[in-house]
Amino acid sequence: MKHWQNFTKGFFRENAVFVLFLGLCPTLGVTNSAINGMGMGLATTFVLVSSNIVVSLVKNLIPDKVRIPAFIVIIASFVTIVELVMQAYLPDLFDELGLFIPLIVVNCLILGRAEAYASRNRFVPAVVDGLGMGLGFTMALVLLGGVREILGSGSLFGIKFIEGDGILVFVLAPGAFLALGYMIVIINRINRKPA
Amino acid sequence: MEYILIIISAIFVNNIVLTKFLGICPFIGVSNRIHTAVGMTGAVTFVMVVATIVTYLLQHYVLEVFKITFMQTITFILVIASLVQLVEIILKKVSLALYQALGIFLPLITTNCAILGVAILSVQNNYNLLESVVFSVASALGFGLALVTFSGIRQHLELVEVPEQMKGVPIAFIVAGLLALAFMGFAGIV
Repeated sequence: MKHWQNFTKGFFRENAVFVLFLGLCPTLGVTNSAINGMGMGLATTFVLVSSNIVVSLVKNLIPDKVRIPAFIVIIASFVTIVELVMQAYLPDLFDELGLFIPLIVVNCLILGRAEAYASRNRFVPAVVDGLGMGLGFTMALVLLGGVREILGSGSLFGIKFIEGDGILVFVLAPGAFLALGYMIVIINRINRKPA
Repeated sequence: MEYILIIISAIFVNNIVLTKFLGICPFIGVSNRIHTAVGMTGAVTFVMVVATIVTYLLQHYVLEVFKITFMQTITFILVIASLVQLVEIILKKVSLALYQALGIFLPLITTNCAILGVAILSVQNNYNLLESVVFSVASALGFGLALVTFSGIRQHLELVEVPEQMKGVPIAFIVAGLLALAFMGFAGIV
């Protein structure tokens, strides 16, 4: 039960994008379609879970003063793994996401979880926390990507179901800011309602 | 001519914040007051230029020579993190006034993806050293332009009646969207 709550907090109560406003650069940068959002979300989830695992295992070995650089090195190693694997097996997605793959390193969500959670908790809770936060982040990216794809090009996951061009601005840069802004408004509205 | 193209492109057409989505965190986070926005821009410009030069040299004289370019991400982020520390220490000794002006912004810069982004972009675009420097200065100016404009708008926003659920971050995003829309007008001039 405790693990379940720990897992679900990343989806709603402490959603990285909609509530904590962490990791906004990739959120806005890659969500011009639902599939890109999903790729980025899952790559981030992998790095987040792996770095949470390693940090929770080595937390007693790292001197307190150098912990932040140590965490950054751990995270950067996993990002490099993702980079190489994706380049080898998913070259199309790799080209689409481009610069934002190496930039997973500076996603404040990952360093934030390593510092605030994994370095103070044991192995199992750290894994659950990483999974929950990562999948919550993925959910937010897929939602935002889906909304922008439907409005912007009338399709979802690449399948076209509305004829015509759609509102082009939503797949371009300004649409990212507008869509995310209005989605946060809607989430605020839902969260405010008494349950 | 080439340099002028790089400058105009980096400041207006491919503005680092509004079209490339780098450095959104400080863009939303420290844009409440114009003078903090100016301070942040100063710190970012400084670190971005130094980081681009150092990573350029590392990329061409270490990583490529030893054929370990896959270590790029790890190397660059470590360089940036230590550079920020170094800049902080040096500034404190050399110019206390500048340190006090930029001081609080420096630690925030390590996690500013614009710095790492510009360093990687100048390697990807195959710029030479001078082009990389020009590119990083122009990108930093573009960052500053977006940040200062945005903070000016946000100061006015505080006096406006905004619906309850839109206060704070949501309205900031919508304003940023409109600003990005305005910057789209520059598309095609280069």
